[in-house]
Amino acid sequence: MGNYLLRRLLIALPSLLGISLVLFTVLALAPGDPFEELATNPAVPPEVRLALRAQLGLDDPVWQRYLHWLSSMLQGNWGFSFVSRIDVDTLILQRLPVTIAIVGSAVILGLVVALPVGILAAVKPYSWFDRIASTLAFIGFSLPTFFIGLLFILLFSIELGWLPFVFRADLSETGWRWWIEQFKQSVMPVTVLGMAFAASWMRYVRSSVLDVVRLDYVATARSKGLSERVVILKHATRNALIPVVTLVALQLPQLFGGAIVTEQIFRIPGIGSLLIDAILRNDTPVIMAVTFVLSALVILFNLLADVLYGWLDPRISYR
Amino acid sequence: MAGSTPASATAETQALGRPAAPASLWADAWRRFKHHRLAYWSLWALGLLVLAVLLGPLVYKVGINDVDFKARLAPPSWQHPMGTDDLGRDLLARVLYGGRISLAVGMASMVVAIAVGVTIGAIAGMSRGWVDAFLMWITDLFLSMPQLPMLLVLIFFFRDGLKSLVGPEVGIFVLIVLVIGGFRWMPAARVVRAQFFSLREKEFVEAARALGASTQRQMVRHILPNSLGPVIVAATIDVAAAIILESTLSFLGLGFPPDIPTWGRLLFDAKDYLDIAMHWSLFPGLAIFITVLSISFVGDGLRDALDPRRVL
Repeated sequence: MGNYLLRRLLIALPSLLGISLVLFTVLALAPGDPFEELATNPAVPPEVRLALRAQLGLDDPVWQRYLHWLSSMLQGNWGFSFVSRIDVDTLILQRLPVTIAIVGSAVILGLVVALPVGILAAVKPYSWFDRIASTLAFIGFSLPTFFIGLLFILLFSIELGWLPFVFRADLSETGWRWWIEQFKQSVMPVTVLGMAFAASWMRYVRSSVLDVVRLDYVATARSKGLSERVVILKHATRNALIPVVTLVALQLPQLFGGAIVTEQIFRIPGIGSLLIDAILRNDTPVIMAVTFVLSALVILFNLLADVLYGWLDPRISYR
Repeated sequence: MAGSTPASATAETQALGRPAAPASLWADAWRRFKHHRLAYWSLWALGLLVLAVLLGPLVYKVGINDVDFKARLAPPSWQHPMGTDDLGRDLLARVLYGGRISLAVGMASMVVAIAVGVTIGAIAGMSRGWVDAFLMWITDLFLSMPQLPMLLVLIFFFRDGLKSLVGPEVGIFVLIVLVIGGFRWMPAARVVRAQFFSLREKEFVEAARALGASTQRQMVRHILPNSLGPVIVAATIDVAAAIILESTLSFLGLGFPPDIPTWGRLLFDAKDYLDIAMHWSLFPGLAIFITVLSISFVGDGLRDALDPRRVL
């Protein structure tokens, strides 16, 4: 097990390096100079600017700059936000918990909906339940997150006035009132995001359970006299989940995309809205760091999926 | 392959009247496609939508920038079927115009994604060893990149450069198409590679090889046409995904400039007026929804229709 994890980590590292390389190439190729602000500032004499350039290594060859950037990233020196004047890593650490809480709850909600609905739809394929569920799934992933988010705000915040539509990180309430307020302001973003996940995952679960229930070993389990419940849940579903795990892991990059949009609609102060703000304000260090953190998270979750995969499918041994 | 599907009721009546034309693969696929009711009607809906967007501005002659301050934020009426925005501009005209851009972005990004994907997949599928391994590593790398953040970053960095190079409208169009296409080719590449792997060993390719066909000829004339089915399905899904991505970018304020009303841009402008003018966000949102939904259903129908082993 330890050996397997180590090997997966060794495969994940080159991907992380590759992504950092891509990110840096984008930065290096991009027109525009991070020093533009200083260059147009009349208070900074040209000599000082040139000295600063040399000191910061902006005139070095590209590969040297890459190595320099990489080593300072590895040392935890992520730079300094131009706009908010604090260290980028502090900024990200402030914003990350909200995003993880929202995305995490949305994933759980998505699975809680997608698994039972997908399994039930597959147990009775082409039944009314299956048809309705599949149609709803199609509608679900054809509705862009931002549109359904706006519709939710329109219905629940403006028409009915039940839920707040601006997410506040600094709730004044304490104790159980805090939890209630927190719940009320999280319901809409988590539902919007979770339903989007559930719509596509439900189809994966359905088709993969459908593939499995026709196999001989399921018939064997039935003929042993096991109850339908045990056959479906213990024998069929566990095997059916193996491809689902991979697909869900492969979708993680899109998942963070959905989080960015949701955070923007509901004004959640998470890492996604940090990225958008940074882009709208030309805050390059924050943009680079946030993108890198999101990539690292994706790779981390892919790693987790691999481990989970091995646990679900003993045929893939931890060699 | 056409012979593998038994003749259906319609085919028999045809045989009675005139000599039955040999069912081609495409006619067969069309017959199967028509069986998928939702997909068939979605194709009609999509066709109507494309027609409306293409011909609409020719028939409905209201300028997208005609400002009418007397009718600001007006709800739908006979004069303005979809209402007006905060400057009193007619929304129907803007939705029709935006549809052209959104659909064009969708199609163009799909072409980019499929071209890149098919090329990479075909090369990987034909050459074994390190070329294949390297290309698949690149594919996996792109798959594990967070798509939307990367799109945002790329557009942020290159927007101004392209704008000064080819003008604001064309520049942002080219950029968005290239960037979306550049992040959507991976599924097509994987599908094509998998197809090549299985087709490469089939007898008809072996026959071509035995007759002395060059590798290139085997690829282009024999393997590629036979691997097109899944590619067409992937292409359909890509159009829908590109439309959603473009509207997402515009919705985040990083797509087209404010004077080009794409569907996402309209929603972005409308979202602050949600309480007083809900028609403003409703119509562009519905337009995106209907387009994407019908494309998804068409894709689903094509998936069923283009798999000759399936008998429907």
